[in-house]
Amino acid sequence: MNTDRLIQMANDIADFFDSETDKMLAVENVKNHLTKFWDPRMRKSIIAYCQTDGSELHALVRDAVKKLDSVN
Amino acid sequence: MSIIKQDLGTPASTSTETVNLQIDGFEVSVPAGTSIMRAAASIGIEIPKLCATDSIEPFGSCRLCLVQIEGGRGMPASCTTPVGQGMKVVTQNQRLADVRRGVMELYISDHPLDCLTCSANGDCELQDMAGAVGLREVRYNPGKNHLVSAKDESNPYFSFDPSKCIVCSRCVRACEETQGTFALTIDSRGFDSKVSPGQNQAFMDSECVSCGACVQACPTATLMEKSVIDHGQPEHSITTTCAYCGVGCSFNAEMKGEQIIRMVPDKDGKANHGHSCVKGRFAFGYATHKDRITKPMIRSKISDPWREVSWEEAINYAASELKRIQTQYGKDSIGGITSSRCTNEETYLVQKLIRAGFGNNNVDTCARVCHSPTGYGLKQTFGESSGTQNFDSVMKADVIMVIGANPTDGHPVFGSQMKKRLRQGAKLIVADPRGIDLVKTPHVKADYHLKLRPGTNVALINALAHVIVTENLVDDAFALARCEVESYEKWKKFVAEDRHSPEATESVTGIPAADMRAAARLYATANNSAIYYGLGVTEHSQGSTMVIGIANLAMATGNIGREGVGVNPLRGQNNVQGSCDMGSFPHELPGYRHVSDLATRQLFENAWQVTLEPEPGLRIPNMFDAASEGSFLGLYVEGEDIAQSDPDTQHVHHALRSMECVIVQDLFLNETAKFAHVFFPGASFLEKNGTFTNAERRISPVRRVMKPLCGYEDWEVTQMLSNAMGYAMDYKHPSEIMDEIARLTPSFAGVSYEKIDQNGSLQWPCTDESPEGTPTMHEEHFMRANGKGLFMNTEYVPTKERVSRDYPLILTTGRILSQYNVGAQTRRTDNNVWHAEDRLEIHPHDAEDRGLKEGDWVGIKSRAGETVLRASISERMQPGVVYTTFHFPESGANVITTDNSDWATNCPEYKVTAVQVSKVSQTSEWQKQYQEFSDQQLDLLEQGLSNV
Repeated sequence: MNTDRLIQMANDIADFFDSETDKMLAVENVKNHLTKFWDPRMRKSIIAYCQTDGSELHALVRDAVKKLDSVN
Repeated sequence: MSIIKQDLGTPASTSTETVNLQIDGFEVSVPAGTSIMRAAASIGIEIPKLCATDSIEPFGSCRLCLVQIEGGRGMPASCTTPVGQGMKVVTQNQRLADVRRGVMELYISDHPLDCLTCSANGDCELQDMAGAVGLREVRYNPGKNHLVSAKDESNPYFSFDPSKCIVCSRCVRACEETQGTFALTIDSRGFDSKVSPGQNQAFMDSECVSCGACVQACPTATLMEKSVIDHGQPEHSITTTCAYCGVGCSFNAEMKGEQIIRMVPDKDGKANHGHSCVKGRFAFGYATHKDRITKPMIRSKISDPWREVSWEEAINYAASELKRIQTQYGKDSIGGITSSRCTNEETYLVQKLIRAGFGNNNVDTCARVCHSPTGYGLKQTFGESSGTQNFDSVMKADVIMVIGANPTDGHPVFGSQMKKRLRQGAKLIVADPRGIDLVKTPHVKADYHLKLRPGTNVALINALAHVIVTENLVDDAFALARCEVESYEKWKKFVAEDRHSPEATESVTGIPAADMRAAARLYATANNSAIYYGLGVTEHSQGSTMVIGIANLAMATGNIGREGVGVNPLRGQNNVQGSCDMGSFPHELPGYRHVSDLATRQLFENAWQVTLEPEPGLRIPNMFDAASEGSFLGLYVEGEDIAQSDPDTQHVHHALRSMECVIVQDLFLNETAKFAHVFFPGASFLEKNGTFTNAERRISPVRRVMKPLCGYEDWEVTQMLSNAMGYAMDYKHPSEIMDEIARLTPSFAGVSYEKIDQNGSLQWPCTDESPEGTPTMHEEHFMRANGKGLFMNTEYVPTKERVSRDYPLILTTGRILSQYNVGAQTRRTDNNVWHAEDRLEIHPHDAEDRGLKEGDWVGIKSRAGETVLRASISERMQPGVVYTTFHFPESGANVITTDNSDWATNCPEYKVTAVQVSKVSQTSEWQKQYQEFSDQQLDLLEQGLSNV
């Protein structure tokens, strides 16, 4: 999958949940959104990017993807 | 089957008080306010009439319906005289008969006596009344008359013959009361009185929107459908549901054998109450258009000519290709797309085929590109992915807020109902970058037009919320009792921050703070405030956030759970609601239940006898991305035209070219079919049975009025494909599919064809608790698991699509009254006389800056691509914003739109594209390539057909 596009999509999700003051909850919300709405191959791609680089990801996404990675 | 429906003469009274009276010696009880005419008709006494009809208010001009009332003076008109307690009415005696005969004699003295050759012969109220009153001679000598008045044939669908006009004003009143356009008037006085469109203009030159209400109201042949003039009167009628917009109008298809003569909106239709628009009433000719493809076709490569084959060969070829791809690339390498133009049963079956037959969840629907944020936002906040009201609810609204919707163009029949309520005095707030018709239309003027900059919706909704919270205009009692308190308090704190105030956001939205504050106060302080919204809300990078913001506002002000209020998404196509309900999304099974939910999955697994995938599949844009990178190679598209309708056309075309098997099921060789390897001919809505679900959750019947031209209804084709794929289906009729849906989907538990036939239509949820359906949702509790509404914070995040020196204007796209979506249907009708091409609307200042004149060719360039359209200079636009429609494929409107999308759902951001506009002298490179490719594909089609 196109990594640049996935990064943008993931960061957009994080932008929405970023107003949540409880950052643990915000990370959980991002993770849940990725789990509920992203096809596994998309999640696999973002996990791979996060493992190899991850620099362009919103901090919430990085944490959420790490949680995803541990589940997967 | 009868085409004759009783006309009770005047509209029904809504009074709950009953009045008892006697008519011709018979006792009758009716609601107070009922006319004598209607009361009489209710017990089978037909009082002669000409100017009265039960769709419009009584007028009392024809003097044919006179009656006598015991103890009363003279002979009052029964249409304008309300019943009174104990009244004794006489409708027939010698004196009344003499007067009526005299009136008729006068009418006929100035009326052509060509009844035998008249187009209304067999359906003429004047003729009927002449018979009813026993007119046998006209004693007047020929004199001054209107018999040589010239016909107006300017409208493609109906003729206006003033020589047959009796000046009853039914057409004028229908235009005013039913449609709300006020295009017709009675010009001059006395003998010179005549019906006049506009300022004594031809119909086509006037403000007439061709809804046909005047034609339907006309009691003579003055206003007559040209199809009736050409073919004669229909002989039977079948009630069905319109296949255009999300209003879902009920129509009587009036037939002559298998030939459709005209579509007449059904008076009993609960969504439309006998009204229609130009599309639904007149634009049905596409169903028998010469471009229809009625034989299956296949080809190996898209550069090959098509080859007509038998259904068996086409189905087997498609199945073998899909199986080959799965074997070669894995089971997740194929999927399908359902369409909101298809029935519930068809979409249900396609998603079932994909989940059970393909073995994955790669199914999506065109709601992805329109209302998927509605599904997400309302599910999160209210617990159900649907609007909260029925259309009639608007008649109890005191304040109507229309956000990013254009009801008079996009949902015209509901637009007329809304205008009726506004003429009664409801207040109006319009939030839209353009000056849509509702902002100022006859007898309607918006109290506030919040002319926001495209892409700033969330800043707007937060500013409105800020005023409501900080000025304590909230309905705490409602919010605290009905919603999650913690979320409510959190949200109040969030929106109360100064950065959300109208003053702070004025530079972002472009809306004067005072107007924003006033609009917020108006919305919050009315008894009943209702929000109606459209794609101007959803088709943004923050589409879902805005839907959530709207829901927050409604909950905070207690505008949920009763008539006259609510959150009402106006769905674009006929079955957007239904296609979503039916489990067309990759993450949800029918009834909006997530695929990861074990109990739901087991329910379907037991019924379908398969194991279902617990992971979500690909959404449409994800399918394109996966196709381009080589992991998604087979696609079954039923009724959609993604090559035209989806954004970033070049990306979509690349994805389609990358696939190894594209199967398109459609009426025509649409743009997507030009990239296809298998073509299954589709059946129009006139050729099949099923149901559509409109924007108010109303499930209405679609009934077959003629045989499918291709031999099969669409659901049968899906079933054949499924069987060929190895997953057995054996439905005999779509009613069996609905029975299965009802068994497996709680909100549809009480739905069946039998019950729909009995009730005319049903609004889901239709369950044991609400066996007759649910007009208003969330009355006692929300549909979330804990029954509470959820507030969510809605941070405004500016779109990444920014204006710059190179792209200084914002392009926003939309639709127009006469055309529908990708235009595949309406472009094949005479509706093209109103809109023969997509144009770029541009403000005079922006046009002047670029040296543009009306009709000039202009290049529109964005970061995604470039196309060329003709300019239309319009003050409806605000400076800095341009607009176009996307009804014609050669326009390439979506060549310019980008792949930006809603954060939650990937709904494309059609409404915000930064562009530059400049005068040009030739079409764009893309348009040249498109034309070449399109011509080549049509040639390949011709070659295939000529080889048969």
